[in-house]
Amino acid sequence: MKEDFPLLKSNVVYLDSAATSQKPSCVIDSISNYYKSINANPHRGAYNLSVQATSAYDNAHEVVKEFINASSSKEIIFTKNATESLNLIAYSYGLDNLSEGDEVVLTIMEHHSDLVPWQEICKKNKAILKYMYVNENYEISDSELEKITSKTKIIGITHVSNVSGTINDVKKIISVAHKHNAKVVVDASQSIAHMKVDVQDMDADFLVFSSHKMYGPMGIGVLYGKEELLKNMTPFLMGGDMIEYVYEQDTSYAELPQRFEAGTQNVEGAVGLVEAINYINKIGYDKIREHERELLKYSRSKLEELDFLELYYPKNIDNHSSVISFNIKGVHPHDASSILDTMNICVRSGNHCAQPFLRSLGIDSTLRMSLAIYNDKSDIDHLVDALIKVNKMFEKYKES
Amino acid sequence: MEELDIYNELLMEHAYSKKNKKELDSYDACSLGHNPNCGDEIKLEVKLSEDKKLIEDMSFSGHGCAISQASTSIMIDTLKGKSIKEAKEIINIYFKMIRRENITKEDSKLLKDAMILKNISNMPARVKCAMLAWHTLDDMLNIDKKA
Ligand SMILES: Cc1ncc(COP(=O)(O)O)c(C=O)c1O
Ligand SMILES: [Zn+2]
Repeated sequence: MKEDFPLLKSNVVYLDSAATSQKPSCVIDSISNYYKSINANPHRGAYNLSVQATSAYDNAHEVVKEFINASSSKEIIFTKNATESLNLIAYSYGLDNLSEGDEVVLTIMEHHSDLVPWQEICKKNKAILKYMYVNENYEISDSELEKITSKTKIIGITHVSNVSGTINDVKKIISVAHKHNAKVVVDASQSIAHMKVDVQDMDADFLVFSSHKMYGPMGIGVLYGKEELLKNMTPFLMGGDMIEYVYEQDTSYAELPQRFEAGTQNVEGAVGLVEAINYINKIGYDKIREHERELLKYSRSKLEELDFLELYYPKNIDNHSSVISFNIKGVHPHDASSILDTMNICVRSGNHCAQPFLRSLGIDSTLRMSLAIYNDKSDIDHLVDALIKVNKMFEKYKES
Repeated sequence: MEELDIYNELLMEHAYSKKNKKELDSYDACSLGHNPNCGDEIKLEVKLSEDKKLIEDMSFSGHGCAISQASTSIMIDTLKGKSIKEAKEIINIYFKMIRRENITKEDSKLLKDAMILKNISNMPARVKCAMLAWHTLDDMLNIDKKA
């Protein structure tokens, strides 16, 4: 698979796909072809080029709808990224639907983008923000679900944690939530490239992801929302393309999804995202899962042999996706990642935009490797060799 | 791998040394430095001489990467016993060195062990770690002037 990805032709060992994936040639080419042949402002011209650009952009909604099995393309809204999608939900849904004393329940694993907006909205509306914590296995136990009560109005869950790689049982959490009439926001940023996401099967009320973590371009993200919810929400951004009639004092808004897509849109991004979806579909999620699970198993066993590591992931591989966090005992992860960088190995270090989660685990930061379809066992072997070297460099000092 | 030279023996010894890592019985100024990139957090304590002209003692606590910890410990060794005026000059020489500006031989002598960080700009992501303590102290010394 590596040969599909031009950037990987250099001898870089890329193990940071959870931050952003590399892009296959077909995606890169689709963007350049868009500009070479059909670029125009969609929805704004009666001439043929604009019609083509409009049709490429509209088609992208259809493709995403099929991809996540939404019931209508009206439920697919393009944003800049997962972060913007989550802010849109907090501001357009949360602000109008939370009253004093209502509760928002998040997992402690949430990325700052699914946490900070809720803090703001809860403060504004005097609502209460609660968290479901993980057990020693980095999983949400059933007892934590008791925090979901009739007071709960909104629940935020990440499908896969970008720190521990835990796969949350979103279907179960959603069914508990719906018993209490709460709405559920699913952050699929870390699952979308790795497993089939079916919004109807999950019964998610909202679901978000970014294109750039699933082999697509940066600058475009998706917000899925049930039509009955979206159609009653106040637009987030206002201006061109999202209106029907504008009078001096009042405006009527366009239909879904346009009413949430104000201003000139990222058509090249939509075109690239469609190509990324085609790429994933061509390989197939079954094959992706199989390849990545094999690699995950290999990585876990190799890392578990290194007794100088601390590992932060679920014991049961069935609940673990392609993200692995760890630390070299006594070595700060930033030193380790700087040294790994000199060996051409890209891993992430830091708090992964999940400070409350790390704090709840009693750690400041971790090293994080993450897998994608283009990784292979030699990438893991390189990393393991390098980790042994880093540990040797520090060994004699850290014990003194 | 020129970058790896940063993690040399001297830096490692400073990074894991406990010598300057303590709390002072009394101090004239105390300030926190934070580098959100890395999560480095240090607390500097400075004790001045009676006439408030000399840095009589200095210590730090906190946690962070080897580069932030070592550069803090080295700074304390380099600046302890200096007058505030000299300390500010040396801090400026250090900043110049990090920015890869030319510094004279005499100036580089004043930096002592801090010279080992001269190539830190080869690792741009880590420059803030090397600057943290020095910026924190620089701010402390300059606040004193305003007061
Ligand atoms: C779980 C999770 N949610 C949200 C985000 C935010 O994605 P973006 O920065 O593309 O908006 C990320 C990625 O950083 C993530 O890992
Ligand atoms: Zn640092």
